[in-house]
Amino acid sequence: MNGAEFTAPSVEYSLILPLLVVFGAAVVGVLVEAFAPRRLRLPVQIALSLTALLTAFVVTVLVGLNLEERGDGRARGAITLEGAIAVDGPSIFLWGLVLLLSSASVLLFAERRLEGGVTAFAGQAAALPGTDAEREASSKGLEQTEVFPLMLFAVGGMMLFLASNDLLTLFVALEILSLPLYLLCGLARRRRLLSQEAALKYFMLGAFSSGFFVYGIALVYGYAGSMNFADISTAISGRIGGDALLLGGIALISVGLLFKVGAAPFHAWTPDVYQGAPTAVTAFMAACTKVAAFGALLRLFYVAFGGARVDWEPMIWIVAILTMVVGSVLALTQTDVKRMLAYSSIAHAGFILVGFVGAQQLGDLGPGQLSSLEAVMFYLVTYGFMTLGAFAVVTVVRDSGGEATDLSRWAGLGKESPMVAGVFAVFLLGMAGIPLTSGFIGKWAVFSSALSAGAWPLVVVGVLMSAVAAFFYIRVIVLMYFSDPVGEGPSVATPSVLTTIVIAVGFAATVALGIVPGPVLDLAAAAGEFIR
Amino acid sequence: MNGAWLTVLMAVPLVGAAVLAALPRRVAPVVAKQVALGVSLVTLVLAAVIGFAYDPGAGYQFSVELDWIPAFGAHFALGLDGIGLALVLMTVILTPVVILASWNDGDQGRWSVHSFFAWMLALEGLAIGVFAATDVFLFYVLFEATLIPIYFLIGGFGGPQRAAAAMKFLIYSLVGGLVMLAAVIGLYVVSADSEFGSTYLLAELQQVPIDEGVGRWLFLGFFIAFAIKAPMFPVHTWLPDAAAQGTSGTSVLLVSILDKIGTFGMIRFCLTLFPEASQWATPVIVVLALISIVYGALLAIGQDSIPRLIAYTSISHFGFIVLGIFVMNSYGATGATLYMFNHGLSTAALFLVTGYLIRRRGSASISDFGGVEKVAPVMAGILLFAGLSSLSLPGLSPFVSEFLVLVGAWQYAPWVAIVAVSGIVLAALYILLMYQRTMTGPTRPEVLGMRDLGVREVVALAPVLLLILGLGLYPKPLLSVIDPAVEDTLVYVDGVSPDSPDEAVTGTETDEEGDQ
Repeated sequence: MNGAEFTAPSVEYSLILPLLVVFGAAVVGVLVEAFAPRRLRLPVQIALSLTALLTAFVVTVLVGLNLEERGDGRARGAITLEGAIAVDGPSIFLWGLVLLLSSASVLLFAERRLEGGVTAFAGQAAALPGTDAEREASSKGLEQTEVFPLMLFAVGGMMLFLASNDLLTLFVALEILSLPLYLLCGLARRRRLLSQEAALKYFMLGAFSSGFFVYGIALVYGYAGSMNFADISTAISGRIGGDALLLGGIALISVGLLFKVGAAPFHAWTPDVYQGAPTAVTAFMAACTKVAAFGALLRLFYVAFGGARVDWEPMIWIVAILTMVVGSVLALTQTDVKRMLAYSSIAHAGFILVGFVGAQQLGDLGPGQLSSLEAVMFYLVTYGFMTLGAFAVVTVVRDSGGEATDLSRWAGLGKESPMVAGVFAVFLLGMAGIPLTSGFIGKWAVFSSALSAGAWPLVVVGVLMSAVAAFFYIRVIVLMYFSDPVGEGPSVATPSVLTTIVIAVGFAATVALGIVPGPVLDLAAAAGEFIR
Repeated sequence: MNGAWLTVLMAVPLVGAAVLAALPRRVAPVVAKQVALGVSLVTLVLAAVIGFAYDPGAGYQFSVELDWIPAFGAHFALGLDGIGLALVLMTVILTPVVILASWNDGDQGRWSVHSFFAWMLALEGLAIGVFAATDVFLFYVLFEATLIPIYFLIGGFGGPQRAAAAMKFLIYSLVGGLVMLAAVIGLYVVSADSEFGSTYLLAELQQVPIDEGVGRWLFLGFFIAFAIKAPMFPVHTWLPDAAAQGTSGTSVLLVSILDKIGTFGMIRFCLTLFPEASQWATPVIVVLALISIVYGALLAIGQDSIPRLIAYTSISHFGFIVLGIFVMNSYGATGATLYMFNHGLSTAALFLVTGYLIRRRGSASISDFGGVEKVAPVMAGILLFAGLSSLSLPGLSPFVSEFLVLVGAWQYAPWVAIVAVSGIVLAALYILLMYQRTMTGPTRPEVLGMRDLGVREVVALAPVLLLILGLGLYPKPLLSVIDPAVEDTLVYVDGVSPDSPDEAVTGTETDEEGDQ
C-alpha cells in the first residue's frame, strides 16, 4: 500500500440501468441453465431474454428523456463510472436501436416450427458431427438453450462498446461482445462442419484483430499518458507535429474496429462467417454488431482522435473506397444468398464510412443541416431493419436439406410464393437504395453529409458502386420473378408467428422510413453530439 | 381552385392501381380491365377540369406545399405551369387509350392481367406527379419510382427477350438516376449555405446563387440522367431493345410518356437551375442533338423490326426536342414543348396501330408483310395517317412543332437548322418505305386472312388521331398555354430572345394558313 487511499468510485446507477438489466438477465440466464429442469428451460429463457431486452429498452427511453443538457445545449448526458462510460444522446439512440434489433433477433432464435419442432441450433454442441452422441442428441430432440444468455452477454457487450469512454473499457466491451458471438456462430444444427469452421475462422481472425487493437491501445497510452478519451483529446490538441506513437496507435486501433464493422481490407471473415453461422445468428450479428462497432468507431474518432482528423481522414477515405468497391464488385459473383448478403453488408459498411468522414463541426454546417453523426445513425437504423428482415426471409426459403441458400434454388420464387418474394424484393430494393424505401433516404443522408465536407470523390465512387450493387440486387429479383424454377423449385415453409413478426417489422420499417423518415431523423438530431 | 386538385389527380390512378393489385385473382380479367379503364377515365375528367380552370400566364397554379422531410428541406410540393399541364394532359389522354388498345395484351403475360393494368395505372399516377412536382427531391423520388412499374411491364408482358431488355433499361436508368442523385445532394449542400437554409423547393433554389464551377458539375449530373431518359445519342441504345420487347402499349407508355420526363427535366430543371451552365454546355448539346436527329433517322431506315424502327424515329425526334430546348429562344423552346405533346400522340398512334398489325401476323419483321392494304384497308389507312404525322406532314400536329424548332434553330445558327432539316427528309424515307413494304404490293399468302381493325381498336385510336388532326389545324389552345410558361423559363437563361409570346403564336398561324 503506497499511501493512496482507496476511494469507492461513484456510480450513477440510474444512468447505466439498461446495461445492468441486460447483464443481470444474462447472469440469471446462466443460472436457469443450471437449475431449471430441461423441459422448462427454453420457454423460460425466451421469456427472460425478451423481457430483459424490452425492459432495457423502456429504461433506455426513460434515461434518454432525463438526460441533462451540457455546455451549449448541443450535447446531453453525463459521463459515469469515473469516466469509463458516456451516457449521452448518441449512446441512448444506438442503445435503443441495438435493443430493438436484438429483441427481434430473440424471436428468430426462438423459431422452432421451421426445423420441425426444434430450434435451429445444435442439439448438443459438444457432440462431434457424425458421431453417435450427435445422433442421440438429435433423436432425443435436445435443444441448446445457452444461446439466449450468450446472446444477452453479446448485447450487453455491444451496448458497453458503443458507450465506452476510455480505451480499456472499449477493449473489455469488445471482448464481451465477441466471445459469445464466436460461440454462437458454431452452433448450427445443420451443416455443422461449415458452422464450426465459420466459428473457428471468426475466432482466429477476431483474436488476431484484438491483438492489433490492444497494441494500438498501448501505443496511444504511451503517447497520451491516459486511457480516457477526453485526456487523449487534450493531449492531441496540444501536439505540434505528427507523432509516430499516436499515428501508429490510431492505425492499429482502427484495424481492430474496422475488422468488426467488416470494412475492406479486414472483411475477409465476413462471407464465410455469415454463410456458416446459423441464419438467426447471422441476422443478429449483421445488424447489431455493425451498429455497436460503428457507434464505438464514431465516438473514438470524433471524441478522442478528433484533433487528429487531418491524419486519419485520408486513411478512412481509402478504406471507404476499398470497402465499397470490394463489397459491390465481389457480390456480383456470389451464388449463395447468404454470401451475397454478406458482401452487401460489406458494401453498406463502405457507404456508412462515407458518411463517417462527413461534416460534423458546427462551423461546417448550415442551420438545420444534417451532421455526419445523424446521417450515420439514421443509416444504421435503416440498415439494421433491412438486414434483419432479409435474413429472416432466408430462413423460410427451404428445401429438403434445410435452408436453400443457393441462389439457383430461388428461381421462380415469385410464382411459388408471391408474398415472400415480394417482401424480399422490397428488402433488396431498399438495400439498392431505390426511392420510397428507407435505403434511399439513408444513402441520401450519408452522401449529403460527405458532400458537405467536400468529399465529392467519395460520393462519386459511392454513386457508381451503388449502381454496381443495384445490379446484383436486381439480379436476384430477376431470378425470383423472371426465371422458371429449376427441378422441384424452392418451397417456402410457413414460419411461426415469431419469424413472421420479424419479417413484418423489417418490411414496415423499410417502407415507412422510406416515405416518412422525418420522425427518426428528428430523433437522431435530438440525440445531439457526443459528450466529452 | 386549391392545391388539393393535383394531389387527387395523382392519387386516383395510384389508388386504382392498389385496388387492382389487391383484387382477388379469381375476379374475371375483364372486370380488372374495366376497373382500369374506368379509373383512367376518371383521371382524364379530373385533368380536363384542371385544364379548363387553368389560367395561362399566371405562373404555377393549383400549388400545394407541405413539409415532407424537414431535415432534408424536402417538401411535398406540386404545381402546374403550362409546360407541366401539357404533359399531364398528354399522360391522362394516352393512358385510357393504351388501356383500351391493350385490352388483350396482358392475357399471356408472366403474371395476371390484374397486375398488367395495375402497373399501368401506377405509372400514370407517378408520371403525373413527376410533371407536377415543384420540389426537386420529390421530383427525383418519383422519377426513380417510375422505373419500377415500367420494369415489370416490359419484363412481364413482352417478347421472348423481355427480361434482358428490362434489365438493360433498368441499368441504364439507374446509372443515370444515381448520377443525378449526386447532383441532387449537391443542390442540398449548396442551398444549406444560402439564405433559405437547406431547401429543395424549385422556386427557392432558382434564387440560390450557385458557384460557376459547382453549377456546371451539378448541371452535368442532371443532364446525363435526362439524356439517358430522353434518350439521346450516345446513350440511346436501351430504347430499341425495350421498345421491341415490350407490348405496344408498354412502348407507348415508355416512349410517349416516360421518356418525356427527360426532356421535361431539361427545360424545367437544367435551364432554370443552372442557366449559366446550360449556356456553357449548349454547343456540345446542340451537336449531340443533331447527331441524334440524323443518326436515329439513318438507323430507322435500316431496321427490319417495326418497333425498333419506331424507336429509332423517336430518337431522331427527341433530337429535335432537345435541339429546340437548347437553342434557347422562344421559338425553339415553345416548339420543343409542343413537340413533346405531339410526339406523344403520333408515336402512340404509330406504336398502337403497328401493334395491332404485329399481333395479327405474329411477327414484327417488315419483310414478313406485304399487300396488307387490300385485306385490311382501315388498318392501312390509320397506319398511313400515323406515319404521315410522324414525318410531320403539314396540317398534322407534329408539323407545327417541328417547324417552330427549326425556326428557333435557324435563329441560333443557320447551319444547325440546315442539318436538322435533313432529319425531316429522312423521316419521309423511313416512314414511306415501311408503309410501302408492309401495305402495298401483292398480298402475301400469310396475311391473306388478316382481319381488319375491330370497333374497340378503332375507338381506342380515334381520340389520338382526332387530336393530331385538330391540333395540326388549330394549335393555338395548346400554344397559348405553353408559351407563357416557356417565356417564364427563358427569363432564367441570359440569351432569352426579345420576341414576345404573341409573336410566336401569330407566326405559326400565318404559316398554317399558307399551307392550307
